[in-house]
Formats: sequence, C-alpha cells, structure tokens
Amino acid sequence: MESILEVKNLTYIYSAGTPFEHKALDDVSFHLHRGEFVGIIGHTGSGKSTLMQQLNGLLKPTSGTVLLDGKDIWSDKALTRQARFRVGLVFQYPEYQLFEETVFKDIAFGPKNMGLSPEEIDRRVREAAGFVGLTEEQLEVSPFDLSGGQKRRVAIAGVIAMEPEVLILDEPTAGLDPVGRSEILGNIEAYRKAKNATIMMVSHSMEDVARLTERLLVMNGSRLAMDAPPAEVFTHAEELVAMGLNIPQVTQVFLALKKRGLDVKNVYTIDQAVAELNRLRGGASHA
Amino acid sequence: MLKDITLGQYFPGNSVIHRLDPRTKLILLVVYMVALFVASGWVSYGVMLLFLLTVIKISTIPGKAIVRGMKPLVMILIFTGVLNLFFTKEGTVLVDFWIITITTGGLERALFMMARILMLITGTFLLTYTTSPISLTDGLESLMGPLKAVKVPVHELSMMMCIALRFIPTLIEETDKIMSAQKARGADFESGKLIERAKALIPILVPLFISAFRRADELATAMECRCYQGGEGRTKMKQLHYTRIDFAAFGVVTLVVAAIVVLKRFGL
Ligand SMILES: Nc1ncnc2c1ncn2[C@@H]1O[C@H](COP(=O)(O)OP(=O)(O)OP(=O)(O)O)[C@@H](O)[C@H]1O
Ligand SMILES: [Mg+2]
Repeated sequence: MESILEVKNLTYIYSAGTPFEHKALDDVSFHLHRGEFVGIIGHTGSGKSTLMQQLNGLLKPTSGTVLLDGKDIWSDKALTRQARFRVGLVFQYPEYQLFEETVFKDIAFGPKNMGLSPEEIDRRVREAAGFVGLTEEQLEVSPFDLSGGQKRRVAIAGVIAMEPEVLILDEPTAGLDPVGRSEILGNIEAYRKAKNATIMMVSHSMEDVARLTERLLVMNGSRLAMDAPPAEVFTHAEELVAMGLNIPQVTQVFLALKKRGLDVKNVYTIDQAVAELNRLRGGASHA
Repeated sequence: MLKDITLGQYFPGNSVIHRLDPRTKLILLVVYMVALFVASGWVSYGVMLLFLLTVIKISTIPGKAIVRGMKPLVMILIFTGVLNLFFTKEGTVLVDFWIITITTGGLERALFMMARILMLITGTFLLTYTTSPISLTDGLESLMGPLKAVKVPVHELSMMMCIALRFIPTLIEETDKIMSAQKARGADFESGKLIERAKALIPILVPLFISAFRRADELATAMECRCYQGGEGRTKMKQLHYTRIDFAAFGVVTLVVAAIVVLKRFGL
C-alpha cells in the first residue's frame, strides 16, 4: 500500500526547560497508508492526544520528523499550513468548538479558511452534512439548538468538509448512546470508502477498534508499544492488561474456553465468534 | 503555550510559612510593603533582602519557580530602570554621549527602584505561592468582616473571588483546547491586520463564553442543591485560629520594621 504519512523518531516534551517538564512522546515511529483504518489505544495519559496533534502540525516535535508524502511538514511554512488541511483533526468532545449562527456556516469555517470558491464551499458543506446524516433543514438552524449527538456530527462534518486525506479522530464516540455510536462510526467508515481516505481513531472501546480497524497502534507510557493488526495485538492479552488496557469481551470468553481445554481459535469480533462456535458445533456433530 | 503563564500559582507544601494563618500573611505582607517604601538606604534594603531570602528559604518554594514567575514582569522592570537611569540628573556624570547622560545618581536610583519592585513582587508571590486560594479568600473575608457593619456583602465578594480564582486555570486550559481545535480547521490568529485579528478571535470567544456560562450555571445549580444561600448563618468546617507561629511571625516582622525605622534615623 502507498504510504501517505510517516512519523520518524518523534519525541515531544511539554513545558521543556521548566520544573514542569513532561515527556509525552518518546521516540515514536510508524507509517500510515492511503485508505487505511488505524486505531490507537492506550491508557489515559499515554500520549495519544499529543501524538495526534503532531500529525497536522499543531504541536512541533521536540525532535524527530513528520513526513507528509515524504516531505517534512515543518520544512517550510506553506507545507505546515497544507498539513492542517490535508490532515483533518477532530478533537475529543468537538461539539464545544461550534461558534457560528447556523450549522451551515459552522461547517463552512474550514473550507472558507482554505480559500475555496463559494460554490465549492457550498458543495463541500452539503456533502459533509450528508456523510454525517444531517438534513437540509438542520443546516439552517443554530448549532446551539441541536442535541449533543447532533452537535458532535456538525463538528465532525466541519472537519470532513475540508476533505482531508487523513482524518484523525480523538474518541469520536465518547459519551454517546449505542445507536449514536454505531451511526457515527458508520459515517466515518463511509467517508473513508468514498474518498479512499486514511482514518486514524483513538478509542477506548476494544470492541469498536477490533471490528473496524485493520491495524492497531498501542501507546504505553509515551512509547509506541505495538503496531500490528488487531488479531495479533489481542493475542497479547496479559501484556495489554499490564498496560492498563483490556481486550474485547468475546476474546476474553474464548481465551477462558481455551484454558479449559476447548480447541478454539482466538477471536476478537462477534462475527468471528459465531463462525468459530458454528465450526465447533459442526465438528462435534460429525464426531 | 498559555498554560505556562502561571502568575502566582499555589505550591502545596507544609513549611512554617504555609501553615501561618492567611490573615497573618495578608497583614504582614502589607506591613512588609510599607516597610519597603519607608526603607531608603542600601543598608535597610540589605536587611529587607536578608529577611525576604530567609522567608523564601523557610517556605521551601524552589527559587526557579520564583524566577519563572517574574518573566512576564521583566518589561516593567526594564522600563522603570531605563526611565530612572536617563532622567535622573544627580551626582557626577559617568557617560555623556549625544543626548544620553548617565549620572551616578541616576544609576543608583535605577538600581534602587528595580530592587524595590523586585522585592515587592517577590513578597506578593510568596503569599500566593504558599497560600491556597481557598484559605486566601477565607483570610480576606475574615479581615474584611468589620465592613459588614456598613452593609458591604463581604461573604459574597469573597465567594466570588474564590470561584474566580478556582476557574482561572480551567478557563486557560479550555482556551488552549478551543484554539487548537479552530487552528485544526485552518483558523489563523497570527497574521493579518488588527481588524482581521480581532475577527479571528470570534471562533475562540464564542465557545469560551458559552462554556463559561454553562459552567457557571452548573455550579450555581450544584451549590443550590447543597442548600447554599449566602453567608447568613453559615459556619465553617475549618475555623481560622492564630497559633504560636503566627505570634512568632508578628514578632519577627516587628523587629525587622523596628530595624528599618532605626536605620532610617541614621540615613542608612
Ligand atoms: N498542555 C499540556 N501541558 C503539559 N502536559 C500535558 C499537556 N497536555 C497533556 N499533558 C501531559 O502529557 C501526557 C499525555 O497526555 P495526552 O493528552 O496525550 O494523553 P492521552 O493518551 O490522550 O490520554 P486520554 O486517554 O486521557 O485522553 C499526560 O501525562 C498529560 O498530563
Ligand atoms: Mg486524549
């Protein structure tokens, strides 16, 4: 697969040179490929949010480089600004950043800053609203009259409207009900398919990352501890638990079954579990 | 980053200075400031400096932190220094070049004023570094108590101050977050003309005000749920008491002030 974003030996220290100095990222390196869905997991304070802000040039690395299409985003000002638009960032609880009079205007804020024509802005706003399931009428109301979940959609649409090639989201489903969660995750997946965009998502839900992502980055104490497909990551159950993380519940059940001597494979999604149980049942009826 | 500006942030600790009654610290700070203005000779300043350094040492506040807190005030300090240096014309001339004349009197005055400002600020920092905002407002409330007689809402004022102090770091953090989020959408706060820059603040100020109002609303509800209804009949879990260390502190400061007054008599 074609690589789009590369992070090399990234280190970041908050408040460097003061008594409050804190190393939030320590020698982190990885690639992101075009069209890929990558998850980031890690205990609280492990540096996930800090890492995200390095990727679009919001925070400048203390050392190490961030390469977008092979070019260092800090090598000149135009490139840094480009990185802001090509790598879209949706913060945790993004609904608190809304400020415009109408939903339309708020979503248009990003495209407007890109200096696009009014027609292009109009097209992008409507398309982005479509991705997150906002209706035409909702575009004309004040964002402050919407529900929490709807506000979240507006905020995500505000980033999608910039049509970033890499879309990074920090816990986009935090604090939502199950239906709202799966809808938003579906919206993100739809955007990825439509634009062949790269998605990077921070999540505390092992079920979600297991189901959606092709690759998992595991952060532990400012370092990148693992970079592997979910299937492989979740075989290291003990290590994950030691890092203060968890594994999907089905995986736990199947690991327990295995311990009791049942010949089952490791599974990490419900679908796989069903298939595996069917295989077992089929096998048993033949015997 | 905004967060790095921490004017007089409280440093938790358990030194004698930390344990002093906040009223003692407030009163003594005022006395110390008056003494600084009374002192007029280098020997007196030496005594004051010695006193200040001793208090810093006892308070266990790292010197680095105090120096860091000074950073935002460097401009004022330089300004005062330069003003006094160039506009005092006393004593013998040291430098006379074009329109610049520096005299020994000017040099002395400049150093003197800078020392005074530095020591004033350091003293104030020592108070806020060693006293938590809560006990500071408690102390103020108690000291302003007599004003209740003339219908000043002392309790309400100190409660407002306490809440404001509590929320400053929260609001700073929030501003930081909102700024990052808007920058991620291409907002530009650093370039453009004055009007454009002012306009660029709207995407920050609107969310900030909304969240401040929301917080205020939530806080008010939470306080009402716990039956808060102002100062009338309200008792305190932590009563303020003067203890032995407070009397000792008053004693020490009295001695220092006496020394300054005596030194002034001799013009030192
Ligand atoms: N602005 C800041 N100034 C100083 N230190 C910070 C700042 N932001 C974060 N940190 C510190 O950096 C570390 C990493 O923080 P970060 O927000 O990246 O964690 P995280 O993995 O996103 O955690 P969470 O899952 O809770 O969101 C934490 O220890 C945090 O205290
Ligand atoms: Mg985070």
